[in-house]
Amino acid sequence: MNNVNGSVVGSSSGSGDGSAPRRNSKRPKYSRFTQQELPACKPILTPKWVISVFTLIGVVFVPIGIASLMASNDVVEIVDRYDNVCVPPNMTNDKVAYIQNNETDKSCRRTLEVPKHMSQPIYVYYQLDNFYQNHRRYVKSRNDAQLRKHSQENETSGCDPEKRTKDGAPIVPCGLIAWSLFNDTYIFAIGNKNLTVNKKGISWKSDRDHKFGKDVLPKNFQSGPLIGGGKLDDTKPLSEQEDLIVWMRTAALPTFRKLYGRIEQDLNAGDVITVTLENNYNTYSFSGKKKLVLSTSSWLGGKNDFLGIAYLAVGGLCFFLAVAFTIVYLVKPRKLGDPSYLSWNRNPAGH
Amino acid sequence: MADGERTAFVDLLRPIADPPVRPDLISLSASATAAASAAVDPPHGSRAEADRLGASLKELADADARIVFVGDPGRTDPRLALPGNAVRTAKYSFLTFIPRNLFEQFRRLAYVYFLAIAVLNQLPQLAVFGRGASVLPLAFVLLVTAVKDAYEDLRRHRSDRVENGRAAAVLDPAGSGQFRPHRWKDLRVGEVIKVLADESIPCDMVLLATSDPTGVAYVQTINLDGESNLKTRYAKQETMSRLPSITAGSVTTLIRCETPNRNIYGFHANLEVDGKRVSLGASNIILRGCELKNTAWAIGVAVYTGNETKVMLNSSGATSKRSRLETHMNRETLLLSAILITLCSAVSICNGIWLAIHRDELELSQYFRKRDYSGGDEKYYNYYGIAMQVFFIFLMAVIVFQIMIPISLYISMELVRLGQAYFMIRDKNLYDESSNSRFQCRALNINEDLGQIRYVFSDKTGTLTENKMVFQCATIRGIDYSEGKDPSPNGSDVYYVVVGDQFWRPKMLVKTDPKLVRLLRSEGETQEGKHARDFFLALAACNTIVPLIVGTPDPKQKLIDYQGESPDEQALVYAAAAYGYVLIERTSGHIVIDVLGDRQRFNVLGLHEFDSIVTGREYLDIIRATETNLHAYSSMGLRTLVVGMRELSRNDFEEWHSDYEKASTALYGRGNSLRAVASRVENNLQILGASGIEDKLQQGVPEAIESLRQAGIRVWVLTGDKQETAISIGYSCKLLTSEMTHIVINSNSEASCRKSLEDAIAISSKFVAISSRAQNTITGTGSVRVPLALIIDGTSLVHILETELEEKLFKIATVCDVVLCCRVAPLQKAGIVALIKKRTEDMTLAIGDGANDVSMIQMADVGIGISGQEGRQAVMASDFAMGQFRFLVPLLLVHGHWNYQRIAYMILYNFYRNAVFVFIMFWYVLYTAYTLTTAITEWSSVLYSVLYTALPTVVVGILDKDLSRRTLLKYPKLYGTGQREERYNLKLFILTMMDAIWQSLVVFFIPYLAYRDTTVDGSSLGDLWTLAVVTLVNIHLAMDVFRWNWITHLSIWGSIAVAVMCVILIDSIWSLPGYWAIYHIMKTGLFWLCLLGIFAAGMIPRFTMKALTEYFMPNDIQISRELEKFGNFNYFTGTEISMSTFSETHPGFIR
Repeated sequence: MNNVNGSVVGSSSGSGDGSAPRRNSKRPKYSRFTQQELPACKPILTPKWVISVFTLIGVVFVPIGIASLMASNDVVEIVDRYDNVCVPPNMTNDKVAYIQNNETDKSCRRTLEVPKHMSQPIYVYYQLDNFYQNHRRYVKSRNDAQLRKHSQENETSGCDPEKRTKDGAPIVPCGLIAWSLFNDTYIFAIGNKNLTVNKKGISWKSDRDHKFGKDVLPKNFQSGPLIGGGKLDDTKPLSEQEDLIVWMRTAALPTFRKLYGRIEQDLNAGDVITVTLENNYNTYSFSGKKKLVLSTSSWLGGKNDFLGIAYLAVGGLCFFLAVAFTIVYLVKPRKLGDPSYLSWNRNPAGH
Repeated sequence: MADGERTAFVDLLRPIADPPVRPDLISLSASATAAASAAVDPPHGSRAEADRLGASLKELADADARIVFVGDPGRTDPRLALPGNAVRTAKYSFLTFIPRNLFEQFRRLAYVYFLAIAVLNQLPQLAVFGRGASVLPLAFVLLVTAVKDAYEDLRRHRSDRVENGRAAAVLDPAGSGQFRPHRWKDLRVGEVIKVLADESIPCDMVLLATSDPTGVAYVQTINLDGESNLKTRYAKQETMSRLPSITAGSVTTLIRCETPNRNIYGFHANLEVDGKRVSLGASNIILRGCELKNTAWAIGVAVYTGNETKVMLNSSGATSKRSRLETHMNRETLLLSAILITLCSAVSICNGIWLAIHRDELELSQYFRKRDYSGGDEKYYNYYGIAMQVFFIFLMAVIVFQIMIPISLYISMELVRLGQAYFMIRDKNLYDESSNSRFQCRALNINEDLGQIRYVFSDKTGTLTENKMVFQCATIRGIDYSEGKDPSPNGSDVYYVVVGDQFWRPKMLVKTDPKLVRLLRSEGETQEGKHARDFFLALAACNTIVPLIVGTPDPKQKLIDYQGESPDEQALVYAAAAYGYVLIERTSGHIVIDVLGDRQRFNVLGLHEFDSIVTGREYLDIIRATETNLHAYSSMGLRTLVVGMRELSRNDFEEWHSDYEKASTALYGRGNSLRAVASRVENNLQILGASGIEDKLQQGVPEAIESLRQAGIRVWVLTGDKQETAISIGYSCKLLTSEMTHIVINSNSEASCRKSLEDAIAISSKFVAISSRAQNTITGTGSVRVPLALIIDGTSLVHILETELEEKLFKIATVCDVVLCCRVAPLQKAGIVALIKKRTEDMTLAIGDGANDVSMIQMADVGIGISGQEGRQAVMASDFAMGQFRFLVPLLLVHGHWNYQRIAYMILYNFYRNAVFVFIMFWYVLYTAYTLTTAITEWSSVLYSVLYTALPTVVVGILDKDLSRRTLLKYPKLYGTGQREERYNLKLFILTMMDAIWQSLVVFFIPYLAYRDTTVDGSSLGDLWTLAVVTLVNIHLAMDVFRWNWITHLSIWGSIAVAVMCVILIDSIWSLPGYWAIYHIMKTGLFWLCLLGIFAAGMIPRFTMKALTEYFMPNDIQISRELEKFGNFNYFTGTEISMSTFSETHPGFIR
């Protein structure tokens, strides 16, 4: 609008450019672009195309679906929920009191049987249910600058309500996420022989190298009146506190697993694993579940049949559609580009 | 009064009253040998226009008059604070720029919405996005617009400065009589200014004197109204003769003039010199913006300066209309708002329920932690009770889901319309060679309306016809002379005037009837010859034409170019010249006519405006013979004009002359008293004869009308011409055909109007009944029922419009195939457009070229101005302007169709695109305890509609074509798509929204289910969702693109690439939680399988539906697309390029 306005004014009060040479033609220069005639491809959904597209999708999807299902099948997974069973029977009425009491012995022993041969590496996960690591209050409560550099330790903005101690000293690492660090521990043994759990390299290398500083030491951590979770070794820089690094990659969904470590030896079918665990973490206050998971992995990740089924379903549907369209095209053919199908040719009365 | 060359004296009357639009023809009275002519055929109802303008111009009263002391600006009206001559077209100054520009920008509702959301986001409780991410897009848009505005304003400032700094010669007020250069901006009302030839006129000024001894000055008004011919302006003899004393300041001269107004064709004032009053009219004032031509110098006094000049008062902006599609779009936007509010309410209520259920857990659960212990008082942290929590969540939800209302759509629509306008302007099929004019888009926001037109209201003269009048034949005293032969430029029959050793010949050649030529040159004083000579003398003398002598390559030969405001007058003067009555000189006081080699000089004593009420005194047989010829002419489509004369005795003359002087200097009711004087002298006329002037049909008009008709567009012709002429033009442009049944309504009372309307309804219903029966038996293409044509005249319309009869007229008019309104006044034209516009949803288009079409152009949904012979008023009022009527066909059928299709698709697509994104976020929110966490990074959600998916929709909106130009022109019926609103309606909207929900479900739940119970983190999953949705909506667009050229490819695949790069870039910033997430997830097979699965599952329903409808329920567009691709006609084998020229591909359009 401004444009139009401007040009009107310009030509009426301008210095006679309107009367200027009429000789030069305003004829638009021809170009394929300005005449909207750029060479172009005009795809049309002919029966051939439709059937080929559906067939192609079917052909691609069904094998992928089968492969996915097979991969998922190959994965051996042991899941053990222990939050309820690890509470002494006399405390089941007030689990929260039990878990909050620092005096009681939290250790608990579980036995797991290996159903199938599990080849290494075997991943050890803990799984939390109903823990909203994606809750808005929670997910924002961190400060990445503080985590990265020692010089930024006073940088606690966004860390509410776990920012500073009562006397105003900054908490490192600050924020609810770090504060709620998971702190159950697991010791595995087969018979008398302990299984070593490798806890090195469970976090992302990018996090260790760039996100968590090598010179940042925990300070004033977990010193408030309410204990959220684990404590940190004050002598180890954050970049080496891999459990924290794993924990601070907040999960997308309220049910999630986090890597605890790797067992780097094969387990045989029928092996009985004894797990001695420290049941420290409070999920009782929000009725969350805790599970221990041992799992091998495939090219597709863990045990999950969904993708395989979904691919088979989509592939199958496409095959069905390909067949259905073929039949319908044969039963009710139509000549493409037949002018007699134009509406005014079909009912000559017209509008 | 007597002159040297001839004993008889001729008195002609020249225009006094401001000729409001133009005196289409001038009737005149004369004594001795002069003739009086009376036009019978009023071209385009200019009289009514004159009345309308005249009425709006109040007669001059002293109270509101401006008094100007000539040469003494100091004394000029101290009551008024008169502005200097500085003009200011710039909108802003340095200081006011920021507030004013922001104010202007925030007048758009969309920006206010943007701002409100951004402000909400600044509240600490609601901070969903970071400060940057929430304000940046708005700031960016504001900044870009502000920079654009600032640049435009800077240019205006610069041109203002140049304009204000120009020099003008101003009379030294000290009385030295010298002219000194002043800058334009320093000019003041009352100053005397001298303008030289070819200089621009610095302000509106009343002429005092010119280099011409008779006081004539010629001006070119092309900058003012676009008319390139020269206009004559006059300085009054009273001031001419006293110029030295005026400039010396010894005589007090003052001018009383009306207050500044926009009417560039009117001026009311009077001049007082030495106590003597002289009247001033529009012919005495020269306006800013004009240029002085063919006059060595002119001296005038400034009366209006600066922003009060007529040109500045007229420089208002373009009209702003809103397109139909946009109106519909607003309806759907409301629906979307409802969906938005529903989503927000759902989230906030769920959140409230969740909080209530988990009330006891909030204290201790690690992810909520209700209290802040650091202060020692254990106060709540960011928790205000459930009710407040619900309220905050609602507002936060509005912020998070804001893009449900696609704000970016408004900006992309403007871009798309700009692009469409670019292509319409550049289309060489819309370029008019003869006037060297391109298509003009004056309104930028109704491009798509061009694709939905159902009614076209067309002017006749200058729109259907060229408005280039050519004299065809004459009847003199009842004898018809119409055996003219086309002259050859060098033929012996071309008449030359010999001036010294030079030959002068008229620029335009007219065919002459040899019988008449012989009669004129015969020596004998026959009665017949005398009449013929009088006839041509009247034609040559009674007009306002200015002859200009133009050189040719041959130094001996000169051309006489007749310049004038009326094409009819030009034609008549050329005709007289061809018969040997050559007008060769005109000054304000006299004219010189070369009568067959004999140079004669006539004094012009006065001039009456054309008026069709003239009485005659004549023998019945001559009247009858003339009338028969007139009917014959007008049924050939010629414009007719009867010429008469009256000899005045000296007494009669003296009486008329004093009356005339009195009337023409009257201050009050000047127009009326002049009319009274004219009617007293213009009676008892003796008929000399009548002329027939052809107004040629424009090229391609019949074919264009046929195409429009096939496209289902009703063409109504509204003309000021008389009925016979209108009907004959109707036949020649194929509007009327011989098989049509005509219903004619010519009534002059309300009762008779009612009766004829009722009869007409009866007839039409009978025909409709017959045709509905006939439908079963007759097959074939074309219309089956008996076509009806309604012909109605302006007099009947007076009784019908704005009464209860309107309803009846509407009923009958919509049944008829063709409606022809003749002798309609300009306001009636608008009334007829309103008749349709008020009662139907159908889109109307008005096309015209003259000032009399302005009201109709403004009334219609789409107004088109023809930039032709009649000045630029219609163009200035129009939304689009072009050179020829036939361009309407490519404009509507091709560009209109494309624009409609593109914008319609674009709106739906934008709704869909943003809805998918919002729904994905909504599904996620359900898994975050309803707290509005977004897995997708805030930057991605800001960039989604601005960067990731914006360009392809704009490109497709500008470039995609469902059908080629050639097909659209071959099958005009394809235009019906737009008329029936097939591309944008509620059903399509709902379908699209359902598709959006399905796709969002697929995008969300496939990764959700695949990544359930895994270690996946929020950022990685967010990246997956981002890439999935961006790619999916781009694939969706890709599936709907009709034509893939390299730009489309680049924009669609480029957008996906840009999105991937942005996601990678965002994940490379260490301070964001998602650092390196994309690199990790892209390494896994699951990620790629999820993406692939999403694309397939998301697209299957749409693809299947598309395949089904296109094959089994094909619409016309689909069939035609197939025809284009597979049709085996020769027609389609040519390449795109050879199809381009309208006139080539359509043999019918070659004349």
